[in-house]
Amino acid sequence: MSNWCMLTLVGTDRPGIVAAIAQALFQGGANLGETSMARLGGNFTVMMMVQHEGDTEALRSLVEPVAASLGLRLHLDPIEAHLHQHRIPDVRISVFGADRAGIVAQVTTALARVGFNILDLQSDVGGSKSTPFYVLHIEGQADDGVEAIEQALAPLRDSGVEVEVQSIETMIG
Amino acid sequence: MAVLEILTYPDERLKQESVPVADFDDDLRARVAALEETRLAGPGAVGIAAPQVGWFERVVIVDVSKLKKPVPNHGYLVLVNPEITAWEGFAVGREGCLSVPDFTGNVIRAEAIRLEARDPWGQALEFQMQGFEARAVQHEMDHLDGLLFLDRLVSRRNDLFRRKNHQ
Ligand SMILES: [Zn+2]
Repeated sequence: MSNWCMLTLVGTDRPGIVAAIAQALFQGGANLGETSMARLGGNFTVMMMVQHEGDTEALRSLVEPVAASLGLRLHLDPIEAHLHQHRIPDVRISVFGADRAGIVAQVTTALARVGFNILDLQSDVGGSKSTPFYVLHIEGQADDGVEAIEQALAPLRDSGVEVEVQSIETMIG
Repeated sequence: MAVLEILTYPDERLKQESVPVADFDDDLRARVAALEETRLAGPGAVGIAAPQVGWFERVVIVDVSKLKKPVPNHGYLVLVNPEITAWEGFAVGREGCLSVPDFTGNVIRAEAIRLEARDPWGQALEFQMQGFEARAVQHEMDHLDGLLFLDRLVSRRNDLFRRKNHQ
């Protein structure tokens, strides 16, 4: 019987983090599922679906020494692995503008109100310390179509933020 | 006609190059009918290429005329020995494939193409195509050269901003 865990790691970025963790897992007989890793403001963050023969504690003992040696904090959650059930996003939303408090909260609250299901969200801060700007990319499923999303986000546009809503037509062939 | 089995990645046969059709006969047309039946049995496929069912001749079917949101199209097309003779512009778009289940990704394709082909009776065809239909044809024709959209993936994270339309 094998178990799935969501493995989360956070620490100061340095070269070799992914290699060291992936090697430790591989040597320990663990398997990777879907993962997401990124450098966020000088920190490196890792989220990995990990499959392992043992329980959560066994997995912890496998990763903990490597994580500690790299100065990474480790977090493990038992999960159910629903692989091979990707949902296909049908709407993509891009938002960008001068950075100010609450952009993500306003956008996502407006989206939640119209039942939009976020499948992927990436946001970034660019520009300089004195004039930062914010960029937000969201993909998801809009049961009520693009029009409802456009309407929900219209007030943001009026507040000086650039908002673009595109439908994604996935070509399958 | 029965629905044919679709080869799925990483089946090595999908990398095989297909050969031009020589005989425009009843056998070709029967095979096209089976290919179309297989396309329609799949989940919302707007195209299919012969090598996806293990038939390694240069035949593709494309039909983008039945989308919920209509796009410019030439209807149901059977393209035998297709050749793209001109390309124009490029666009990033999302693709999936009957041969690559449970995965979609962004691919850059020419925005508009000029296309020459034969129909299943050997008659010459010529089209000017754009957008979604041009994308579908380019995707299907890749199969004839042993290529999958996986060979052309671009990062989702660094997706291009699309030019805005200021009305
Ligand atoms: Zn395909």
